[in-house]
Amino acid sequence: MFRNVAELVSIAEQDQIKIAEVMIRQEIEVSGLSHEDVIAKMDRNLTVMEQAVERGLKGIKSHTGLTGGDSVKLQNYINSGKSLTGTLLLDAVSKAMATNEVNAAMGTICATPTAGSAGVVPGTLFAVKDILNPTREEMIEFLFTSAAFGFVVANNAFISGAAGGCQAEVGSASGMAAAAIVELAGGTPSQSAEAFAITLKNMLGLVCDPVAGLVEVPCVKRNALGASNALTAADMALAGIVSKIPCDEVISAMYAIGQSMPSALRETAEGGLAATPTARRLEREIFGQPKEKLIDYLVNK
Amino acid sequence: MKYRSAFDIIGPVMIGPSSSHTAGAARIGRVARTLFEKQPKKAVISLYGSFAKTYKGHGTDLALVAGLLDFDTFDERIPMALEIAEQASMEIIFQIEDAVTEHPNTVKLNLFDDESEFELIGVSIGGGAIEITEINSFQLKLSGDPAILVTFNDRYGIISSVTTILSKYRINIGHMEVSRKEKGETAIMVIEVDEKINDEVIRELTNLKDVTGVIRMVE
Repeated sequence: MFRNVAELVSIAEQDQIKIAEVMIRQEIEVSGLSHEDVIAKMDRNLTVMEQAVERGLKGIKSHTGLTGGDSVKLQNYINSGKSLTGTLLLDAVSKAMATNEVNAAMGTICATPTAGSAGVVPGTLFAVKDILNPTREEMIEFLFTSAAFGFVVANNAFISGAAGGCQAEVGSASGMAAAAIVELAGGTPSQSAEAFAITLKNMLGLVCDPVAGLVEVPCVKRNALGASNALTAADMALAGIVSKIPCDEVISAMYAIGQSMPSALRETAEGGLAATPTARRLEREIFGQPKEKLIDYLVNK
Repeated sequence: MKYRSAFDIIGPVMIGPSSSHTAGAARIGRVARTLFEKQPKKAVISLYGSFAKTYKGHGTDLALVAGLLDFDTFDERIPMALEIAEQASMEIIFQIEDAVTEHPNTVKLNLFDDESEFELIGVSIGGGAIEITEINSFQLKLSGDPAILVTFNDRYGIISSVTTILSKYRINIGHMEVSRKEKGETAIMVIEVDEKINDEVIRELTNLKDVTGVIRMVE
């Protein structure tokens, strides 16, 4: 079992296999399932991701009305042909948002690695799909490559906003996506590790400050820009750029930062954007009363 | 290692909005329901840390109750769980606790019906993965993987009798621990296994002398 990114990369290099294959082999060993069953299980997750993006792009609104519809807005803008950053990048951003808009509306999604960060991995996959034309099998591998990096982060640091802030969620998801994009585009295992490191470095310290405690603001847009980070970092790694700080050390730094992050900035809706006057007003509008009284609201409703 | 599978990272398939506050919460509720072995008539749900601060926005309340109703993480009835519980005459009381727990997403569930009561403390550690840290005041660690819980009178030889039966059925033990409150009193054994556990195994374990209860947990 690989314990860190260095071991993961070295197994892939020694056996001359993809990172996805390292993850698949380990999964077969740990679960006792056949190769076919492991692939089929991930195929089902891929289908859920496809359906979520599709549903989001048809236009959806959350129960509070705070989020929804922005992924459609962006698709229309792409189609107008006036975009500055280009079709691929904005398509990834739009599809990442589509997933999180569905999540915010209590729709069905696949956590990657969490629900709040569920947009980045599928968003980038379904965007690069249009230029790299992967087979279904390669799209499933994309998810195993993402899983391999997420696995290392989850076991050496954390992947929940309550434990380590948004850097642990959207930061991890973006790194995972970057590594998987590199592999799908034909990069080496070490280039995948560089892409992960470059992405996470840029998202260190990101706090988890959900307005009114809802996974809506700023979560949907953090996934949007996480997807754009992932694509940019993947291109940088493919261009041969390396991170001066090795991937595993970046993950350790993320862990240390998360541990010293005050609780107000770790999914308690007490600090950051959640504590702004506008956020407090939205909170009152949605719940009708201050948070402390919410329990009465729930019991008496 | 806390996480063992690729599907802990890419997955679960779930109803939004939060893997720790919704999917993990539903799983904890469902484990409690499984261990209680029936639908409770009343549940007192005590929330700690981030669960206490943001449970409403994340649907943690709905998810915990959905779990108590035996719904899985992807059950589309989760958003209606409170209404469904009310129709099923399940009384639910939420309590917000100030105490600081080791992990921010901690919940204590006290379940009741006419004959019995049950207490469980669960932690949602991230990405939908959970840990059960306490059952009826027994400290333990349970991840929600397939497992057997055996309660027994604390005497010599019982652990070996139990493992002998498992070995006879070629069941491999992944993780095992024994916990007791007082020497010679009731003890509990938690055995996480790799293989499926069929009814015959459960029957044989139940028939062992000094074994007072056997509960099977499946994924």
